[in-house]
Amino acid sequence: MIPGEPLIRWDWIASHLDEYAFRLVEHVQLTVIAVGVGFVIAFALSLLILRMPRTETPITWVTGTLYTIPSLALFVILVPYTGFTILTAEIGLVSYTLLILIRNIVRGIRGVPAEVREAAVGMGYAPREMLWRIELPLALAVIMAGVRLATITTIGLVTVTSLIGQGGFGFLILIGIQRFFTTELIAGAVLSVALAVVADALLVLLQRRLTPWARAA
Amino acid sequence: MTLLRDVARWFAEPAHYRGTDAVQARLLEHVEVSGLAVLIGVLLALPLGLYLGHTGRLGFVAVNVANIGRAIPSLAAIALAIPVAGTLLGAQNALGFWPTFLAMVPLAIPPILTNTYVAVRGVDRDVTEAARGMGLSEAGILRGIELPLAMPLILAGIRTAAVSVVATATLGAVVAFGGLGRYIVDGLALREYDRLMAGALLVALLAIVVEFTFGALERLSVSPGIRSERRAF
Repeated sequence: MIPGEPLIRWDWIASHLDEYAFRLVEHVQLTVIAVGVGFVIAFALSLLILRMPRTETPITWVTGTLYTIPSLALFVILVPYTGFTILTAEIGLVSYTLLILIRNIVRGIRGVPAEVREAAVGMGYAPREMLWRIELPLALAVIMAGVRLATITTIGLVTVTSLIGQGGFGFLILIGIQRFFTTELIAGAVLSVALAVVADALLVLLQRRLTPWARAA
Repeated sequence: MTLLRDVARWFAEPAHYRGTDAVQARLLEHVEVSGLAVLIGVLLALPLGLYLGHTGRLGFVAVNVANIGRAIPSLAAIALAIPVAGTLLGAQNALGFWPTFLAMVPLAIPPILTNTYVAVRGVDRDVTEAARGMGLSEAGILRGIELPLAMPLILAGIRTAAVSVVATATLGAVVAFGGLGRYIVDGLALREYDRLMAGALLVALLAIVVEFTFGALERLSVSPGIRSERRAF
């Protein structure tokens, strides 16, 4: 927005590729940790809900409320305690994945047809075996839909963590805004959207690889 | 727990209720820009969703636009809105209200459009066929049958839009807009944690109030004969 300055200075981008690579790694790291840790917690809570349906309402209420709180507010509430650290960012990011992941894991496993379950019991499957070998594979499509949504959402939210000293591509956006430098700002925004699109495509490929039987149908 | 005491003291300080940085002024700014963005979003997305849902056209687009909306993070949307506002409205409007507002409207449209489409499509074909057989016009079917049956799900879409718009308005403070995000961004910059926490609490409360208000509206809008929980996403 500085008069006479073009919207995008390609030469500037070309000479800062190493910085972009660094921000890419940071962005991916923040996302993978958040979705990974989020999945482990969501999985445990989902099993709890499936075993004790009475826990569903309080768990949904808490995760739903966390999901409703605007990201910037959730990130900064922890700053006085955990500082401008990756921990602060991850606590917020993980909180946001829970609602989406729990909803899809529970819905996926509940969606397994009762006949299939009965057949498995008849064949002598123990509950644990049934979970890993019958229910989870059949629920995988719905669970992966949740993982995709959580990943895309997290990649977007990572940009906001730039305000608490993290941020990946969000750092470029923030610097772009502060210096009124459109090249940096557009590059950061476009790259974070591109990363979300690429991550989603990779997860679709992973899902196909994990569910070979779905292709035949 | 001294921080909690500081935050309580911040809220008790009369100076924080005076002038342009007063709590009620910031709250009003926040609600105004959010309400305006949701209103524009409804005006654009609702008729389009009703039309597409009624005719069953472009279903793929109507459903997937929500996912595209999710892929564009709000900070990126605001960032991209800066050059757009600067080019369309002049450099003096490149920061503040306009980029915030311009980023909010596209974020409000996808959930409303998708939910409206899914809701209208989800109306039982037997019901609309019966209405058609009884001589109702297409517009009459849409107004008298499909819209009331679809209303809870449409409101759920507006709720999703409103909550994400309130969150985006918070980020508007990064591009020199006012609103409650101002306290957070200034608190961060000045390392004034009482102000920071006060802002975060106000923003979180506002979002939760919006969520609950629309949730209550949704339940009220279900006609008593068919009370059941429905929500597209």
